[in-house]
Amino acid sequence: MKLKVATCSLAGCFGCHMSLLDIDEKLFDLLKVVEFDRSPITDIKHCGPCDIGIVEGGVCNAENVHVLKEFRKNCKVLVAMGACAITGGIPALRNNVDLWDCFQEVYHYGIGLENGQIPNDPELPLPFDKVHPINEVVRIDYFLPGCPPSADAIWKFLTDLAAGHEPKLDYEMLHYD
Amino acid sequence: MTKTCTFTLDGKTIPFEEGETIMEAASAAGVYIPHLCHHPEFKPHGSCKLCTVNIGGRLGAACTNRAADGMKVDSETEALNADRRALTQMLFVEGNHICPSCEKSGNCQLQAVAYHLEMLTPHFTHFYPARDIDASHPDVLIERNRCILCELCVRASRDVDGKNVFGIGGRGIKSRLIVNSASGRLADTNMSVTDRAAEVCPTGAILRKRHGFTVPIGKRLYDHHDIAEVPEAGLKEPRRD
Ligand code: SF4
Ligand code: SF4
Ligand code: FES
Repeated sequence: MKLKVATCSLAGCFGCHMSLLDIDEKLFDLLKVVEFDRSPITDIKHCGPCDIGIVEGGVCNAENVHVLKEFRKNCKVLVAMGACAITGGIPALRNNVDLWDCFQEVYHYGIGLENGQIPNDPELPLPFDKVHPINEVVRIDYFLPGCPPSADAIWKFLTDLAAGHEPKLDYEMLHYD
Repeated sequence: MTKTCTFTLDGKTIPFEEGETIMEAASAAGVYIPHLCHHPEFKPHGSCKLCTVNIGGRLGAACTNRAADGMKVDSETEALNADRRALTQMLFVEGNHICPSCEKSGNCQLQAVAYHLEMLTPHFTHFYPARDIDASHPDVLIERNRCILCELCVRASRDVDGKNVFGIGGRGIKSRLIVNSASGRLADTNMSVTDRAAEVCPTGAILRKRHGFTVPIGKRLYDHHDIAEVPEAGLKEPRRD
């Protein structure tokens, strides 16, 4: 039976997902052993029971937390992929800037802006004052660092996991940048 | 001069001269003991505790404990490396180490030690402390978010440059790198970019300006070499001029 895998991007840049796609033709090999559930690749909006959940990005707003909890509830094994999921990453650079100042800068004073407005639609998720890595919200089983992790690292990690052993990255595959 | 005394390190015989520390003797014999605040050119500091080894059943810093004839030292044990990993993780969460945005990434000793110890996550809750940057000096930048308080810059400025530009102020978790000028700004000191203190920092906390990306990310020292193979090399970056 194929392994069910779900993926999502929270407060990330989709770079990790691009790196996942970067495993190129090996994706076909991967698809022989895994089947994607909720993922930007399938466009399925909610995940059902899965073997592996892969999360890119940290949590920067209320919706991120809902998605993360949905993944934790449904996935037997949850993986934090990339610097942002593991440390907060680049979005966490705003953690010492006041949220209001941040909005002012982005929507009012940024270069080239005129008559800016701070979006305030009730549909928009509530932003947090700080960005957090996902292991500060739910339990995480594995961490795959990198900004993004290389396609080789992702491949090695997933094939190790699919084969049922502890993922082990070679020296050059382990990096934080 | 041939060394006559020996001790064992993980079962290997290490020769040493009277007065040498465990760290000095091990380095001379080509054996790596993880460390951050130790630098062969400077007086031992003994603060990071990464080099902690088991000396005949007692834990002690390899960089401050003298070697003794016949002593039995263990370093590469699972327990010691687990402690080292935990210490490294604490250093990461205590500061703001966002490696993807750091000029030092790939040449950073803190990061390299973390790679060596196969640290996959900083694990502990991040502090995200508020720390200042000092960009006042024309050639040297201070990025306190990345300082691990190893005092190598303090030692270099005081003992080699003879300038005493840096110090550590505050206590405990409030300790921070300070600059010895009335304004507290680096621009108001006699610090020069050619000072030893400008290149000794193991992390990206003291950087020479306009230099950060001379070597692109991915082509840097620890991108390809485990720090155990090149323990001191990261400290001496090639000069720009
Ligand atoms: S100083 Fe080292 S560990 Fe800290 S952000 Fe820079 S590269 Fe990463
Ligand atoms: S600035 Fe660098 S050299 Fe100085 S104490 Fe901090 S980490 Fe050490
Ligand atoms: S290297 Fe020995 S305590 Fe830091």
